[in-house]
Formats: sequence, C-alpha cells, structure tokens
Amino acid sequence: MRAVAALILALPFIACSPSAEAPETLIMASTTSTRDSGLLDDLLPRFEAETGIAVRVVAVGTGRAIDLARRGDADVLFVHHRPSELEFVAEGFGLERLPVMYNDFVLVGPREDPAGVRELGDVAAALANVAANEVPFFSRGDDSGTHKAELRLWAAASVEPSAGASGWYRETGAGMGATLNTANQTPGYALTDRGTWIAFRNRSGLDLLVEGDPLLRNEYGVVVVNPERHPHVKAAAGKRLADWLTSDAGRAAIAAYRVGGEALFFPIER
Amino acid sequence: MAELTEAFRSALGLIVGLDPDLLEIVSLSLRVSLVALVPSMLLGIPLGATVAIARFPGRGFAVVLLNLGMALPPVVIGLLVYLLLSRSGPLGDLSLLFTPGALVVGQTVLVTPLVAALSRQVFEDHWTEYEETLRSLGARGARAVATLIFEARHSLLTVLLAGFGRAITEVGVAIIVGGNINHLTRIMTTAIALETSRGDLPLALGLGVILLALSLGVNVLALAAQQAVRRAEA
Repeated sequence: MRAVAALILALPFIACSPSAEAPETLIMASTTSTRDSGLLDDLLPRFEAETGIAVRVVAVGTGRAIDLARRGDADVLFVHHRPSELEFVAEGFGLERLPVMYNDFVLVGPREDPAGVRELGDVAAALANVAANEVPFFSRGDDSGTHKAELRLWAAASVEPSAGASGWYRETGAGMGATLNTANQTPGYALTDRGTWIAFRNRSGLDLLVEGDPLLRNEYGVVVVNPERHPHVKAAAGKRLADWLTSDAGRAAIAAYRVGGEALFFPIER
Repeated sequence: MAELTEAFRSALGLIVGLDPDLLEIVSLSLRVSLVALVPSMLLGIPLGATVAIARFPGRGFAVVLLNLGMALPPVVIGLLVYLLLSRSGPLGDLSLLFTPGALVVGQTVLVTPLVAALSRQVFEDHWTEYEETLRSLGARGARAVATLIFEARHSLLTVLLAGFGRAITEVGVAIIVGGNINHLTRIMTTAIALETSRGDLPLALGLGVILLALSLGVNVLALAAQQAVRRAEA
C-alpha cells in the first residue's frame, strides 16, 4: 500500500520530467500579443544562444500575467500596461520597470465600414461613431492590456459602453485572436494591437480602419519579480533578460523582426 | 467547406512530413495522459469498488458524489490545481507549476472521479452476480475487492479508455496549470487552442484531426489487446 502511495506521489516528477533539462530556465509571464505575433519565438532563442538561459513563456492577458507574477509563479513580467506595471513595482512585487518597445493599437472593422470611421484618423471620434450607429463592437473584456487601453479610449470618446445581451457592445472575454475571429464572423469592430493584426490569418471580412492617432500608442515594459517577496525567483537570470531586451543587441533584434515585410515593434530609445 | 479540405491537407502535411514539433507535442500528450491514467486507476478503481461493495450510512450520498465527480468542469479543476501548485499555494515548494508534472497532477484530479464513478457501476453489476459465490468462499474485504477487480477486468478496459479519452481531450486544466509553454507543456489540445487564437483555423483543425486519429489508434490497440487476452484465456 505504501509502495503504491509512493509511486503515485512520485509519478508527476519522474515520468514526465524533460530529459534534457536546460541548466537555467526562466519563466516569463507575457501577453498573447507578443506570442501570437511571433516576436518571442524570434527573440528568445537569440537570448538563449547568448546566455544559455532558456525562457519559458506563459502567455496570458496583462492582468492575469501580473497576477501570476504577484503570486511568484513567474520570474519576469513582460506586458503592456504602464500604470499597472508601475503599481506592481510600487507595491514591492517588482524590482524596476524598464521600457522595452512600443507598437500601436489599430481599430479594425467590417470592410463595408457601416459606422463610417475610415479616413477619420481620430480614434475617439471613430469610437463615438461606432457607438452612435450601434454597430457591434467586440471588446476583449478580460482585463488585458488591450482591454485596459480600449476602456481608456472609450473614456476619451466620452462614451460609456455597457455590455448588454442585445447591445452593440459585446465582451468576448477571450484573447486577441479569438476576439478577432468573432469580429470577423459577425462582423463588427475591434481594437487590436498591430502585431497581432498583421500576424492574424483569419481576417477575410475585416479591414484596418483607424491608425496613427497618438492615443493609440502601446508601450511594453519588462519587470523582474522582486526576490525579497518571493525568494525562489531567479532574479539574477531575470535581470539578464531585462538587460538584454533593453540592450543594443535586444533592441536591434526587436527592430529587425518583420512579418510579411512589416515591422511590428519599435524599440524605445533609452 | 473549403476549410475542411484544407484542414485535412494540413493534417496530412504535418503527418507525412513528420513535423518534429508535431511529434514532440503528440508524444507529450500521450505521455502525460498515459502516466496520469496510472494514479487515476490505482485510486479510482479501489474507491469505486469500495463504494460498490461496502454498506455504510450515507452510501447513497457517496454514490451521488462520485457521479457528480464526472461532471467536474475542467476549468474549475485547473483553477483549484493551479492554486494548490502556485508558489503562493500549499504545494508551491514542489515547483511543479508550468511543468509536465503539473499536467499529470491536473489530469489525475480530473480523471480519478470519472474512473471511480464508472468502475463503481461496473462493480455493482458484477457484485450482484458474484456476491453469493464470494461469500460462500469466505472472501471478504480486500480479498473480495481483488477478486471482483479480476472478474471485471474486461469491463474495466472501457473505464480505462473513457479515462484516457477525458485526459487527452481536455484543454481547461492543461492551459491553466501547464501554461502552454512551447517545447515544455504544449500538448495537442493547447496547441489547437493556440492556433485558433492565431487565426490559423486550418492548422488548428488539422491538429484536431490528428488528435482524433490518435485516440482512434489507442482505442483500436486496447480492443485488440482485450481480444488477444480473451483468446488466450479461452
């Protein structure tokens, strides 16, 4: 009986431990946009080649990524909502926030553009039009960085969207890709980061309609989790990753990353 | 419908090309689910047998609880196991979160109630048949349970396959406790969820076709094994 119990307890450790454990590994909580755009698949192998540190990415919304890091389940945070990142540091959970890169949000919607927002160039006016015409708008509704940015833009448009069963404002409660899938199918408008949009494959009925408004800037920062809060955190290796992302080599790699010939992210000048 | 054709084409392309990433994901999926079956059976079958045979106050309630276990939502189990394995949780020091081990733990918690509930039914049916014989032979307690498990072994294969099916097809637990980390905890279902979120629906569906083929293969193997055993016994 005891042997059986021991076997059951040991199974998770023995049977599935990866055969070739890398000497040092980091867990990075990041957002779906950095993964779905393919950026991390491009950056992290370069970092590993230089430092021997393998980075394991858990890609979730910014809100959940911060919660993961707060619990000590990640060593490094790489997300895109500056106020939340600064709050995370101020509360003592993170060491320091380093700005890494930016891209921008874009408003996408049905090619026929029933709310008439194409050519507006002013995202607040565009959203006001969507609301006035009650055309379906798909919100992430998941406390992600994009969702937080979207709420900020609605405030700028002086619209208070509320999700009702029959209303035009609909929360998918899902990731960017899933939300774009829904917007494409219905069809309706959605706010997305440019990276996910360019890399997104299933956009048959959607067009990029509003871009370039300064309000649409989307900034990514990196924070190493504070080892004083969570002693097991690999802060030294995490610091190397944060330093590398903001180094000349990291910045060059970010600037060089292209999908379909288009740059998705732009390093922030130090 | 053009998408379906493209899905089969992409599935075929992945299989024929022996895509190394695909092989890795398939092998991890199989490994995790097969390993998780071991503790699930070791815990679930005796539990099911006990509830089937033993007579104790509140037994009806225990049966209802077992059956309710089959309806446990994977996402809720994922969340519970996540809170257990989180660094801030009671088992955080094991460092299992976001490893294949966490997937095994999660799938075990998911599958054990299913195995217990299904095997309880199997044993109860056999018990009505064998109770008198066993009693007349003086077999009681653990001995009776062992005999019953042996007699019910063919029906238990179906329980095993149901458990395997639930383990290999679930995504809620795997995405929360495994984190869907590339080359570490990415399995078939989380890969499908990922490709869907990237908007690559044909690839996602192609992976789904492969998952289905995989389950088919396991089922065929299990049935073949069962028939071989039966023939050997006859």
